[in-house]
Amino acid sequence: MTDLVADRWILDRPNSYIGRSVPRPNAPRLAEGRGTFVDDVELGRRTGHAAFVRSPHAHARIRSIDTEAARAAPGVIAVVTGRELAEIHDPWVGVLTHLEGLKSAPQYALPLDTATWQGEAVAAVVAESRAKAEDAAELVAIDWEVRPAVTDPATALDPDTTVIHESLGDNLAWRRNANFGDVEAAYAEADHVIEETFVFARHTGVCVEPRAILADFNPAEEQLTVWHNTQCPHMIQNILATHYRLDEHRVRVIARDVGGSFGIKVHTYADEIATAGLSILLKRPVKFVADRMESFVSDIHARDHRVRGTIAVRNDGAILAFEIDALTGIGPYSMYPRTSGIEANQIVNLMGGPYVFDHYRAQATVVFQNKNMMCQYRAVGHPIKCAVTEGLVDSAARATGLDPAELRRRNLRADDSYPCRSAQGLPFENLSHQESLAKLLEAMDYEALKAERDALRERGVHRGIGLASFIEVTNPSAMFYGVGGARISAQDGATMRLDARGNVFVATGATEQGQGMEAVISQVAATAVGVPPERLRIVTGDTDHTPYGGGTWASRAAGIGGEAVAQAGRALRQQILRAAAAMLQEEAANLDLRGGVVVDAATGAERIGLDEIGRICYYRPDTLPDGFQAELVATRHYVPRKYPFAFTNGAQASYLEVDVETGFITLIDHWCVEDCGTVINPLLVDEQIRGGIVQGLGGALFEECVYDRDGQMLNANMADYLVPMAAELPDMKCGHVESPTAESDLGAKGAGEAGTCGAPAAVMNALNDALAPLGAKPLTDMPFTPRKVLRALGRI
Amino acid sequence: MQTNVDITLRVNGAAVSRRVEARMNLVDFLREELGLTGSHVGCEHGVCGACTVRVDGRIARGCLMVAAQADGAEVWTIEGLSDTGELRALKDAFVERNALQCGYCTPGMLLTAAELLERRPDAGRAEIRRFLSGNYCRCTGYEAIVDAVEMARGR
Repeated sequence: MTDLVADRWILDRPNSYIGRSVPRPNAPRLAEGRGTFVDDVELGRRTGHAAFVRSPHAHARIRSIDTEAARAAPGVIAVVTGRELAEIHDPWVGVLTHLEGLKSAPQYALPLDTATWQGEAVAAVVAESRAKAEDAAELVAIDWEVRPAVTDPATALDPDTTVIHESLGDNLAWRRNANFGDVEAAYAEADHVIEETFVFARHTGVCVEPRAILADFNPAEEQLTVWHNTQCPHMIQNILATHYRLDEHRVRVIARDVGGSFGIKVHTYADEIATAGLSILLKRPVKFVADRMESFVSDIHARDHRVRGTIAVRNDGAILAFEIDALTGIGPYSMYPRTSGIEANQIVNLMGGPYVFDHYRAQATVVFQNKNMMCQYRAVGHPIKCAVTEGLVDSAARATGLDPAELRRRNLRADDSYPCRSAQGLPFENLSHQESLAKLLEAMDYEALKAERDALRERGVHRGIGLASFIEVTNPSAMFYGVGGARISAQDGATMRLDARGNVFVATGATEQGQGMEAVISQVAATAVGVPPERLRIVTGDTDHTPYGGGTWASRAAGIGGEAVAQAGRALRQQILRAAAAMLQEEAANLDLRGGVVVDAATGAERIGLDEIGRICYYRPDTLPDGFQAELVATRHYVPRKYPFAFTNGAQASYLEVDVETGFITLIDHWCVEDCGTVINPLLVDEQIRGGIVQGLGGALFEECVYDRDGQMLNANMADYLVPMAAELPDMKCGHVESPTAESDLGAKGAGEAGTCGAPAAVMNALNDALAPLGAKPLTDMPFTPRKVLRALGRI
Repeated sequence: MQTNVDITLRVNGAAVSRRVEARMNLVDFLREELGLTGSHVGCEHGVCGACTVRVDGRIARGCLMVAAQADGAEVWTIEGLSDTGELRALKDAFVERNALQCGYCTPGMLLTAAELLERRPDAGRAEIRRFLSGNYCRCTGYEAIVDAVEMARGR
């Protein structure tokens, strides 16, 4: 750990846009339906449209594929099998060296001989329209040899269970054990050792815009251009080049508007890689847009954990130890290149994060199964570790008779204890648990709310209050993926250029998924250079035209991409001032750039406008002093180096009512106080929090990918898979504490995932608070459907 | 079985005639035949509302109508209603309140909200939420959308 001292120059700039709710420059375009999503891009009538034949079986060997009838169908351009596609690409294996022991099998764009989940694409049809491709896909006849499906993680490692990949020897993908302190000694010392089992259902992202890719291979120059709704253009560029044996500069990835991603669009999907291969094979553009049914069985799923958790606590409320034993099934492969071990790893690393305790033991077991693949989705692992931690803390409150808020106050890390390390050894730079909880309790008027709850109970109205404190990983350094060998950039770059009219172009490796990144970039750029935001043009999502960067994941775009822009903007300002100084026969140090005008730094008096500087530098450089060359482009890169992550923290609360006759839960209120460091745009941060909370509420109350024992997903449509809609949701109150990271000048941490992290825990605790007086055992099996509530009450 | 149908309709105020496949749904017709890509395809089974357009004065799901059903109809999409200025107050409120994030659901949401303001001008928050509950938004959590509809009503 390092004591850092930040230079907060950017917060002290005149006419600062940091901390202001500046509107998003790209919002009006989207609101008028004038965005450019992948399916909106047309490359002309030679474009082929792909439809995939998907496995109807969870596990089956392909004896043969008869494509003759499909090839003869109207409008069909080609029918391609896995073996044909394998001739032009190399398979991938989703492992990382720092997840020691994690194994997976080689995965091809289309499998060679065995389908390993229901919905896996096994053959492709390309036709002149998607409808014709789907017609022909129905004519592809596959002779299947159905094999036993491995679906239950609890039996995946049994000796008589079928091994999915024989080359791996068993169905164990990874096991991690961690042991800190002496858990047994803590159990001996504790007054209460409480164990609970928590279950988290599989759910998925359900981005309104499905996954989509349009690939255009030009064989004459061996150039592959791909329009793709990815979060990480440079990562996909690397992957396509590597696995299709192309030079990296011969692959261009363009990500224009993306219709929501939430981690769903950060992975290597075999059907998307196959689409690029189809374009290479057929030497023409090929488009693939997943429909909603195939999204449900091919977009990654997440969570699906069973966690046995234990807390040891003394009667005075002191938490002595946590222990977990976690089991998850990740589907038949570990996803590439981020792997499917990260969710379990996060849980092991982050359990108990807000609290001071010395003893910790954990085991996480990750197994293969014949279900759709699991991987990182918004707040990876966090909703799980938070719900297990906070559920156990509430159990401890019940056991000790302490108020849940008081028990937290006694155990939350002190705000003056930083820098310090977690029980697992992870470094915390600067957090604010105590202040956040205090602010939360004040916002919800905790004591009055408890009184209201108690009064209503007397009248047969069953309401509950639930609290949850949390930590959240943001601004990841190369310690997250790069150290494990993945070609995923933790750093980000920004290039800024003054044009001839005095406007500024900003190209950034960070990407916009709707979270408002372009607004944040424009605020930072405008402040750092000294121009109004309307004089900026933001360029993102194009590997030909932006500096190398990681894109959007792990709440990194503002904190890392934004810092690169801050540094590039400062450099450009200094370059502009040198040019102005040359023109004005003045010392650059005596000048400043404010509101798009070069001024006298001391008096603010106007000296020369940016438009005039642009005119002279580009059209009349002959009038500048001999030997002076104006440089009006600046590039800077940034990556956190001192801390592996910038942890954020916060606390959430839920207030809800349970109808004990129907089991229905009505959400009445929800509060979140969080600390993402410097708040660049208060409106956008609050909306990230609110949207994140609702995604967490979905997992807690509604969302589940229901599978039968044969590995068939039973609710792969939006009528049966329930997502949160407007009518079910409460208004949400957001508050902030600002503890900037000293690792960057901007001091911003991520805000995109905190809502999702804490909401399920808060709702679970509120639900159990409502049910406890009725004698129900705590409900810990998400989603909390009316049926489960009624069962807990003994009504059914 | 007849596989192609000749249709004539008005789209965003202009007369359009096309021969379409009988099975082509309305939103695919608007997007693929007319290039009106502002109406989005989200689920193709009538749940998400991203394809909401206005047909003969009422909102309809572009994925639950075939184009042939729109023969003789008056169809308006987000592009046309943006050009006429009819949605301006709603659009400005959505932008100001950040009631859109990725923007994929927004055209459908705006058309639904416009109908709400026309038919239920006095709707409270709960009624706004119910009226919008056929339009799925994964990004915002809906609160900002409800706020924006209330803001637009006052303008």
